[in-house]
Amino acid sequence: STKPDRLQEINHIVHNGGLYKRPFNEAFEETPMLVAVLTYVGYGVLTLFGYLRDFMRQWKIEKCQNATEREEQKDFVPLYQDFENFYNRNLYMRIRDSWNRPICSVPGAKVDMMERVSHDYNWTFTYTGRVIKDIINMGSYNYLGFAQKTGACQEAAAKVLSQYGAGVCSTRQEMGNLDKHEELEKLVARFLGVESAMAYGMGFATNSMNIPALVGKGCLILSDELNHASLVLGARLSGATIRIFKHNNMQSLEKLLKDAIVHGQPRTRRPWKKILILVEGIYSMEGSIVRLPEVIALKKKYKSYLYLDEAHSIGALGPSGRGVVDYFGLNPEDVDVMMGTFTKSFGAAGGYIGGKKELIDYLRTYSHSAAYATSMSPPVVEQIITSVKCIMGEDGTTIGRARVQQLAENTRYFRRRLKEMGFIIYGNEDSPVVPLMLYMPAKIGAFGREMLKRNIGVVVVGFPATPIIESRARFCLSAAHTKEMLDTALKEINEVGDLLQLKYSRRRLVPLLDRPFDETTYEETED
Amino acid sequence: MAAVAAGVGQQWVLVEMVQAFYEAPAYHLILEGILILWIIRLLFSKTYKLQERSDLTLKEKEELIEEWQPEPLVPPVPKDHPALNYNIVSGPPTHIITVNGKECINFASFNFLGLLNNEKVKSAAQASLKKYGVGTCGPRGFYGTFDVHLELEERLAKFMRTEEAIIYSYGFATIASAIPAYSKRGDIVFVDEAACFAIQKGLQASRSNIKLFKHNDMADLERLLKEQESEDQKNPRKARVTRRFIVVEGLYMNTGDICPLPELIKLKYKYKVRIFLEESLSFGVLGAHGRGITEHFGINIDDIDLISANMENSLASIGGFCCGRSFIIDHQRLSGQGYCFSASLPPLLAAAAIEALNIMEDNPAFNPLCSQRRIHALSGQTRISGLKVVGESFSPALHLQLEESWGSRENDVKLLKRVVDYCMNSGIALTQARYLEKEEKCLPPPSIRVVITVEQTEQELDRAASLLKEAAQSVLN
Repeated sequence: STKPDRLQEINHIVHNGGLYKRPFNEAFEETPMLVAVLTYVGYGVLTLFGYLRDFMRQWKIEKCQNATEREEQKDFVPLYQDFENFYNRNLYMRIRDSWNRPICSVPGAKVDMMERVSHDYNWTFTYTGRVIKDIINMGSYNYLGFAQKTGACQEAAAKVLSQYGAGVCSTRQEMGNLDKHEELEKLVARFLGVESAMAYGMGFATNSMNIPALVGKGCLILSDELNHASLVLGARLSGATIRIFKHNNMQSLEKLLKDAIVHGQPRTRRPWKKILILVEGIYSMEGSIVRLPEVIALKKKYKSYLYLDEAHSIGALGPSGRGVVDYFGLNPEDVDVMMGTFTKSFGAAGGYIGGKKELIDYLRTYSHSAAYATSMSPPVVEQIITSVKCIMGEDGTTIGRARVQQLAENTRYFRRRLKEMGFIIYGNEDSPVVPLMLYMPAKIGAFGREMLKRNIGVVVVGFPATPIIESRARFCLSAAHTKEMLDTALKEINEVGDLLQLKYSRRRLVPLLDRPFDETTYEETED
Repeated sequence: MAAVAAGVGQQWVLVEMVQAFYEAPAYHLILEGILILWIIRLLFSKTYKLQERSDLTLKEKEELIEEWQPEPLVPPVPKDHPALNYNIVSGPPTHIITVNGKECINFASFNFLGLLNNEKVKSAAQASLKKYGVGTCGPRGFYGTFDVHLELEERLAKFMRTEEAIIYSYGFATIASAIPAYSKRGDIVFVDEAACFAIQKGLQASRSNIKLFKHNDMADLERLLKEQESEDQKNPRKARVTRRFIVVEGLYMNTGDICPLPELIKLKYKYKVRIFLEESLSFGVLGAHGRGITEHFGINIDDIDLISANMENSLASIGGFCCGRSFIIDHQRLSGQGYCFSASLPPLLAAAAIEALNIMEDNPAFNPLCSQRRIHALSGQTRISGLKVVGESFSPALHLQLEESWGSRENDVKLLKRVVDYCMNSGIALTQARYLEKEEKCLPPPSIRVVITVEQTEQELDRAASLLKEAAQSVLN
C-alpha cells in the first residue's frame, strides 16, 4: 500500500528539475564482498597454474601448441612479448570455445550452429559436420528482427543486387557515388529529423575517420569512461586532448567542463578552440542509457558540442524507433553530431552521421572515408532503405511500429523476470541489452557451455572487455523473439543459474539520492 | 574474580599514568603539547589542491565561462570546392557507366578484371542472400562468424599459398588495423614516402617511430637502416626489444610503380627487419596467376611477414584480407581493432568474393597483364602534350599529371577538372585522384586517374587516348 507512493517518490527525485519526461530507472548492484574475494582467488589460482604450464612448456615437459617463428627468423627481435600473451595462452585459451562460434543460417531469433569439438583443450577445433539446429539466439544484435532471408527487404536487396552488382570499386569522391547512396542519405536524414546525413561503409570506421576531421590539436574531447573502441581510436587519431569523465556521471562531466573553460589549455592557458562531448546512446557492456537531457542542458550551458553514438540505440529505443533522442522526447537539432550504425537494428552494415547541412557538407569534403574508402555496396544500401521505410511506416504496413513495440515489451518482461529470479542485472530498465553478472572466471565458460547444451546461444564477456572481476553474460533481445522463446530461455537460465549458483542479488533497494560524484555505483535497498 | 582483578588492574594503570604525568620533566610536556596542537591544526586546515588556482573567485570563473566563445563546429565550405560536388552514377558502375546523366566508357573504377558485372558472381551472391539475408548482426566473436567467412579465409590462404588468412569488412580498415596490432610505441617502422593514406593512419594509430625513406630508393632505406644499427650498438638492451618493420606497397596507388621486392628481401635478412606488404592494387594483377608481386618476382611467400590487400579492386567485392603464417595472422584475431570491434562482412559479399576468386583461378588468361600492349597504347606511343603519364607500363591504375605546374595547386586542380569535364562530355568517364590535402604526409601532385581494365577494347583505348590529346590541346594551350 505504501510501496507505490515510495516508488513514485524515488522517480520524482530522479526527474531532476523537470528535464526528464519519464522515469529513469538505472541500477548497478554492488558486487557482494564474498563473490569479489572468491573471484580474485579464482584468478590467482589460474595465474599460478599458468606459470606452472609455461614452465612445463619451456622445459619441454609439455608439448607447446602455439605457432612459432620461422627458423630463418629466429634471431629477429621477437614479435610478441611473452607476457603480453600470458592471458591468451593460459586463461582465454581454456574457454575459447565460447566465442567465434560459426553459424550457418540467417542470424534471426533462431540460428543453426556448426558443431565443433576440440581434442586438445581448445588449441585446435575440428568440425564434426553436424549442424545444431534452432538454437535460440540471444547474442546477435538483431533488435528489430530485420535479419531475415525472406520478406520485402530481402526481395528489394535481391533486385538491386542483380541490377548493380555487389561491389562499387571506387571512392565516394571519385566514381563511387551512386544514386542509391544519395537516396539513402536523404532518407536517413528524414528518419532522424536532421537536415542532412552521410553514410559510410563501416560503423567502426565512421567514428575513427570522422572524429579526426571534426576536431584537431587545440580542441578538447570529453569522453565517457566506457566508450567503445572506435570512439577511443577516433579521439586518439584526431590529436586533440582527451579527458575522461565517470560513466554517465553528470557532476563529473560538469566539473570537467568548468575546469576546461576556466583554466584553458594546460601550460599555455590559451582558451580551447572547441569542446566535443562523446557519449553513446546505449552502452553495450553495461546496458545503461545516456542521461541525454542532462548532457544537452550542460552542453548548452557551456557552449560545447555533442557527438552522440547511437550504435545500439537507433531503432531499439523510442516509441517510433528513432533512438535515444526520441526516447527522451528531445529535439534532434540539439545534438550536433548524430552518429549511428546500420548493423544492429537494420540488419545491414555500415554507419551514418546526421546533422546540419554545413556539417555534412564539410564531411563530404574532408572526411577520410569519402576520399579514400570504397563506398557502400548497393544491395546493403537497399536493405537499409527498405528497413528504414518499414520502421517509419512508409511501406504501407504497420510492421515497423509493431516491432518497435514488441521489442519494448520483450525488454521489460525479460528484465523483470530475471530480476525476480535473483540475478544481478545491470543497466536501464528500457535497454534491450541485458548484462547478467557472472564474476568468476570459471563461470564464464560454464555458463556459455551449459546454455549451449540447452540449445540457447548466449554471449559471455570477460577481461579485457570488462573490468577483471566483472565478467558477465550479455543478452540482446530482439523483436523477433516470441514470448514462448523468451519463456524457454528464462526457464533454462533459471536452471543454469541454480546449477552454477549465479543468483547473487541480495535485492536491497534504497531510494536513489543525488550522490556526490565520487561514488559511481548506486545501491538500491528496500526496507 | 577475574573481572575484579581486571578492574583493579585498570585503575592501577590509570594511577601510574597520572603519576608519570606529574613526574615528567617540563620540556617533555611542552613538546608533547606543541605536537598535539600541531596535529589539531593539520586536521582542521583546508586540503591543498595543486590543480586549482586559488586566486580565482567564483564570480570570475562564471565570467570566464560566459565570455568563452568556441569556434564553430565546422568551418564553412565554399560552394565550388572541387571535392564537394560528387559525380552521380545512375545504375551499376560497370564498363558502360551513366555519370551525371551521360553514358560514358568507364576509365575511373578499379574494376580491373571486369568482375563487377559478372553473372556468376551475382548469382553466387544471390544464393547467399537467400540463405543468410543481408547483415551479420554481430562481430566475429559473437555469432558473426559464418561458414562463408571461414570458407573465404581458407580459399584466400590456399590461393596465396600461405598458412592462414583473415578477413576484414572494410578495405581501408585492413592495413589500418593490421599495423597497430604488431607495432607499438617504441617500435620502428620504415615506410615509403608514397604510401597510401590507410597505411599512414595505421602508423599513426600504432604510435611507433616512423622513418620515411624516399620513394623506391633502396639506398636511402639502407642509409636509415645503417643509422638505426649504429643507434642499436649504443643501446643494445633497448635494441633487443625494439621491433622493426618495413611497410611497402606492391603497386603504389599514388605513383603507379612497383616496389623492388628482391632488394627489400636482402635488406630484411641483413638488418633483421620484418616486411609488411600492401597489395591492394597488385592482387589479381601481377603474377602469372594474379597472386601479386611475390609471384611476379618469383619470391617465396614466406619471406614476406604479412601481405594485406583489399578485395575492392580486382575481386569487385567489399572488404579486405591479410594473409601470412599462422604465427602472425592469428594474433590479429584478438588484437586487430577493425576485426574484433566491428561487425563481420555481409555473407553475400563474401560469397561474391569466393566466386570471383574461383573465376580468377580458373581463367589465368583473364589476367590483365596480357593487356600490356593496351596500356602502351595510352602511355608510350601517343604523346599527349602538356600531360605526362606516371606509372609502370603494366600497372592498371595510372596517373596523368601536368608536365609543368601552372602556379598553384588550386590552378592545377582547376585545369585538370576542365580536361576531365571535356572528356566526360565526349563519353569517357575519368576522375581526378582525390586526396585530403592537409592530412597527407607527402601530398602527391594533382593528377587524373586512368584505370585500364580487361573489358576495354582496343578501339575504346584509342578513342580515350585521342580524346585526352584533344582535351589537353584545347585546355592547356
